[in-house]
Amino acid sequence: MTTPSRYWREIPQRYRLEANRCKSCKTVFFPPRLICPQCKKRDLEETRLVEKGEVISYTIIRVPPQQFVDQAPYAVGIVKLDDGVNLMGQIVDCDFEDLKIGMRVRIEFRKIFNEGKSGILCYGYKFVPE
Amino acid sequence: MDGIVGYGGYIPRNRIKVEEIAKVWGADAPSYKKGLMLEEKSVPSPDQDTITMSVEATKSALKRAGIDPQDIEAVYVGSESHPYAVKPSGTVLAEAIGATPEVHTADFEFACKAGTEGMYVALCLVRAGEIKYGLAVGADTSQGAPGDALEYSAAAGAAAFIFGKDNVVAEAKETYSYMTDTPDFWRREYQFYPQHGGRFTGDPAYFKHIVGAGRGILEKAGMKPSDFNYVIFHQPNGKFPLKVGEMLGFEKKQIEPGWLVSKLGNTYSGSSPLGLTATLDISKPGDKILIVSYGSGAGSDAFIFEVKDRIEEVRDLAPKTREMLDENKNYLEYGEYAKFRQKIRKAE
Amino acid sequence: MREVAVIGVGMTKWGELWDKSLRNIFVETALLALDDAGVVEVNSMYVGSMSSGLFVGQEHIASLLADYLGQSNIPSTRVETACASGGLALRLGYMEIAAGISELVLVGGIEKMTDVSGYEATYALGTAADQEYEGYHGITFPGLYGLIARAHMEKYGTTREQLAMVAVKNHHNGSKNPLAQFPYEITVDSVLNSVMIADPLRILDCSPITDGAAAVVLCPAEMARKMDKPVVKIIGSGHATDTIALSSRKDITWLEAVYKAAKQAYAEADKGPQDIDIIEVHDCFTIAEICVLEALGIVEKGKGGDAVEQGLTSLEGKIPVNTSGGLKAKGHPVGATGAAQVVEIVKQLRGEAGERQIKKARIGLAQNMGGSGGSSVVHLFERE
Repeated sequence: MTTPSRYWREIPQRYRLEANRCKSCKTVFFPPRLICPQCKKRDLEETRLVEKGEVISYTIIRVPPQQFVDQAPYAVGIVKLDDGVNLMGQIVDCDFEDLKIGMRVRIEFRKIFNEGKSGILCYGYKFVPE
Repeated sequence: MDGIVGYGGYIPRNRIKVEEIAKVWGADAPSYKKGLMLEEKSVPSPDQDTITMSVEATKSALKRAGIDPQDIEAVYVGSESHPYAVKPSGTVLAEAIGATPEVHTADFEFACKAGTEGMYVALCLVRAGEIKYGLAVGADTSQGAPGDALEYSAAAGAAAFIFGKDNVVAEAKETYSYMTDTPDFWRREYQFYPQHGGRFTGDPAYFKHIVGAGRGILEKAGMKPSDFNYVIFHQPNGKFPLKVGEMLGFEKKQIEPGWLVSKLGNTYSGSSPLGLTATLDISKPGDKILIVSYGSGAGSDAFIFEVKDRIEEVRDLAPKTREMLDENKNYLEYGEYAKFRQKIRKAE
Repeated sequence: MREVAVIGVGMTKWGELWDKSLRNIFVETALLALDDAGVVEVNSMYVGSMSSGLFVGQEHIASLLADYLGQSNIPSTRVETACASGGLALRLGYMEIAAGISELVLVGGIEKMTDVSGYEATYALGTAADQEYEGYHGITFPGLYGLIARAHMEKYGTTREQLAMVAVKNHHNGSKNPLAQFPYEITVDSVLNSVMIADPLRILDCSPITDGAAAVVLCPAEMARKMDKPVVKIIGSGHATDTIALSSRKDITWLEAVYKAAKQAYAEADKGPQDIDIIEVHDCFTIAEICVLEALGIVEKGKGGDAVEQGLTSLEGKIPVNTSGGLKAKGHPVGATGAAQVVEIVKQLRGEAGERQIKKARIGLAQNMGGSGGSSVVHLFERE
């Protein structure tokens, strides 16, 4: 259940993968943070995530939450992007038998779900095989 | 010199064959295949729509254009399947590519020519010196009513063009539009599927307007069919573009590179635009290209482009249209197709 | 800091309790604990509940439950840390007595999960994950643990059969627990053939939706020694968090929060994994039990599956785990689970565990966890 404002606030992350990086230890954070959990410093600079990486784990959701009922079954994975950031997202355009830990994927812009019949349309990033 | 600075297409990977549809409705597949010169069409996944395909096509156009998206000052999306009835597809597209907030955005609709409408306006704004770069996308995930002839061809795809004055890939030499009130195909508000006038959609509609625009632009430019290397027409089925090409005096070999429909289906607002991206993918500097779209209701937009040297540098920077058409296909059965296209009535 | 003992425990049968409301389930249970302790009043109470608001539209249960327990006016606190709420309630009660602030504290947990549809319950449970960066993408809790399971299987060679053996063991134990939701045996085959929920986890790898509560009464050990029953002390308490999102972790097969909480508890108790006789762990999914065993230091990293297969953790094994039936067979009313683990450990240490009694059990450990490992609470108990 998403209010329009909750969705809209995350647009820079969901559409453009805007992240930030600690100037001190260079760790990249997504979503952006106010304080670096590693060195506890508060000096961070804007950056963007690299849009490709490799799958470090995946699962296939067969019993979905309500909003995803018509999409099930679908694969969700954690991908280690080439800049070191781990990102969770659906893996689509891939037969389930071809899912493998270590496979290379890239990001595509897709619709994540509809807010019911009359609510807003929620977009974001998903992974497709490279 | 105004023209196309970057271009890109997007075709979803799902397909359904004519035989599969015909089987369900008890129709004669071979006669549909022969009559329409169609074999299969693209089908969007439930997570794909006009907006998502526009974003991906535009990302490819940006790779080829090599520009900062903040310099795009106009974003136009033409479709007859905009995801929202009120809230332009262009708002999400412009945000996703990073062109906001200094950007003019509008959605266009005019059946299958909504894409070329946006192209016309973006080009003219560049010509007028109003904007540095303008983006126009033709994209659709149109529906064909189950069991209707149009179900065999209604497909999904998107093509994006960035217009500008510098570093063009193809110069825009001439434009021409031809439009009349001809009710050959329409959709009333709140109707899920469109309606059409059967055979009325042929001579008085498709052929009249494409011929009108084709002859009009040739006269305006002082050119003849043999001056062109390639021509692209709107492709509602395989037969019509070949026939209208013949009527205007073009040869099959000029039409072929941009003739995608037999394997793609009719991508509506993406139809002639994707034919253009496919043609640009194989064109050489100096080539002259004519594109004539058609949108029911009815009208045609025509453009003449001349390919420039820069095509050689940018062609390979993003996926090519024929690659997306021919590779990595996923064939669906009718049940899954009907589920993807929300043709199955579910509980409220 | 004073030593703290558990002098009363209470738990009623768990399951789909259609004719009992949230307040009734808790009060019935808490009264049993008060009776077992031989007291009618307490100075303070802590109640764990993950989401009374989403499940029954009721917040402010601190006031509601103190009121209906007949203890109006006492300080009452509702504690929330997802599925570790019950364990954290215990820790807070423990700290209040250890600090000398109170003499008698009731701690417990309650969750009433069946008044909403399956979808709504799944949604409520899903709020323990990162809503915007995990839940937004359609992940579920079985999905999060499915991701952990697949990575663990890839990294350590843990097998599908070993996961199934966790469920089989816990059902075997649960079949001896009259209060369990599912007091019956299952087989490895039935697990492997049950419906897939989130690959590789099947429905019999997953703990159920349950209504239930559990409660215990705490007092200073001095007071407990004057009573006519074995003295069971809390000798160590630990609490730690980890990143909320699974993708933020360096190693998704490692439960750092469990490791840190256990380290803290072991240090306070001056004990190590080798000293433990019996453990109640948070087997929200079969893979969780395996990962927890590793994080507690009971086995080496990656060896959790082997341990279960070799019978190390069975009733007859060297270190029985989840003699109560675990979350899988006993049930998992989210906020109550942590408290029910304590009830089992105390019963075992007192010698009151009936058919599933582990003889010579003197030191017990209860590990409670929230979300995909974002929080964990560990307690050590010793019978004097």
